[in-house]
Amino acid sequence: MICDTVAQELEELIAAAAAEEEAAGGEAGAEAADEAVAGGGAEAGAQGEAAGEGEEAAAPPPGTPMLRRTEYRSTGYHVDATVAPAQVAEAAAILDRHQFFIETITGVDWPADRQMEVVYDFKHREELCRVVIRARVDRDDPRLPTISHVFPGANWHERETHDFFGIVFDGHPYLEPLLLPEDADFHPLRKDFSP
Amino acid sequence: MSVTVTDPNLETFVLNLGPQHPATHGVLRVKLVMDGEYIVSAEPVLGYIHRMQEKMGENRTYAQFLPNPPRLDYLSALSYNLGYVMAVERAAGIEVPERAEYIRVICTELNRVASHLLWHGAFILDLGGFTPLLYAFDDREQILDLLESVTGARLTYCYFRFGGVYNDVDDDFLAGAKAFVKRMRERLPMYHDLVTNNIILIKRLKDIGFISAEMCRKYGATGPVLRGSGVAYDVRKAEPYSVYSEFDFDIPSYPEGDSYARYRVRMDEIAESLRIIEQACDKIPDGPVRAKVPKTLKPPPGDYYHAVEAARGEFGVRIVSDGTTKAYRMKLRSPSYSNLSLFGEACEGMLLADALALMGSLDLVIPEIDR
Repeated sequence: MICDTVAQELEELIAAAAAEEEAAGGEAGAEAADEAVAGGGAEAGAQGEAAGEGEEAAAPPPGTPMLRRTEYRSTGYHVDATVAPAQVAEAAAILDRHQFFIETITGVDWPADRQMEVVYDFKHREELCRVVIRARVDRDDPRLPTISHVFPGANWHERETHDFFGIVFDGHPYLEPLLLPEDADFHPLRKDFSP
Repeated sequence: MSVTVTDPNLETFVLNLGPQHPATHGVLRVKLVMDGEYIVSAEPVLGYIHRMQEKMGENRTYAQFLPNPPRLDYLSALSYNLGYVMAVERAAGIEVPERAEYIRVICTELNRVASHLLWHGAFILDLGGFTPLLYAFDDREQILDLLESVTGARLTYCYFRFGGVYNDVDDDFLAGAKAFVKRMRERLPMYHDLVTNNIILIKRLKDIGFISAEMCRKYGATGPVLRGSGVAYDVRKAEPYSVYSEFDFDIPSYPEGDSYARYRVRMDEIAESLRIIEQACDKIPDGPVRAKVPKTLKPPPGDYYHAVEAARGEFGVRIVSDGTTKAYRMKLRSPSYSNLSLFGEACEGMLLADALALMGSLDLVIPEIDR
């Protein structure tokens, strides 16, 4: 099954990045961990207020790199991988190597977490396997690398995501408004947007 | 995709195709850098009828958003209607009665034939042949009348509802659908005599406008564009939804990858859709056409995706639910958007007239690209 192979390779990618971060360790690592804990706490509090229901205590903060196998019948996809923003191009390269095609790229705004999520959809043409790659970026400075050199079709999807969310794709050849007017300085799908 | 011309000896000029141009079938602009009659580079400029449908999806309840998706692609509206209701049904865990599934298949396939017929007429019109349009519209009119009798609309249908369809079809409709299948089967050979085997058409399309299967993969092109590049990929077979697994039909594909291959794929698809309609009309069971669904839907929090095969390729809906009556995020993945994105690369070095034939063979619907 292509799904198993891809899931395993993505898992290795995530694990390698985690190990690298740990190895870098020292003060920088500790600082990052502190930040993650603080961020997670704030997020849990905000969600508790908003939804009025208790979050699981052990749930990692949103955006923590990990891989989930999801049930296709209820979600519509098989593999759901959250990677670090710096790894999206490598993740896309794995899917490219296994002959996946790019379905779409989009964003989701999570102001409560002070994050924005970029969602990449891929699908295999011969076997039924849908893979979702996610990466969460800082909402105040949303930027991550482009994958348009891996999949040229990502060019327009990334431009659209930049239009709607203001997410910057570093290395994109032509990050100009596509669907919005050429002088647009607003991002309509941000949750705090008001016309 | 900014325009850069490196060779200083090349005398080029910029040609604006559109936004108001009959060959773009809507308000699409293409900025062309030309060397005489040859295209150096092309950059589609989108957004002239962008309506921010996805924001509307966040501002309205699931039921209130129901009329929007069919308005993306007014030529195969029912596929978009179907894709949206199925995504919501997946999110909310709604089961659909079997009779309703059959009705959905019959209507969607009729709509697909109507869409391909309109494309056929308009495409040949682009190439300079006026007559086939009249034949195609005559046949398409039969479908519109049929669909109008059950949906109440002629173009922007909103017939499918969460858990089923709006109202049941009667025997007259089923008899009408079967009569149309019979009529269309008799008409198809005439289409092939008049157009498909026409030497002028073959000269205009064969070995011109090449798109490889690999290019389709890199750009995410689906539908007849992909099948014209030799990949028999169709969501109805690859990811069977509704009751499509019950029917015996083939996925036509041609390996040539030229404009003629895409033409042949769509013509064959009309015949395959007729097969599906015929089988569905024979097999349709009795029973309810709509499940009991709560008035206000609150899908559990989560991220749901559902794709269907529209007339132009894969239409996908992503719903991110936060457990309220409105979607937190509503992503609409439209096929022509991806199909058009490869146009810039595919038409480099082509004659302008051939590039217009290539664009016609992509079967673009602009409201669906701009959303």
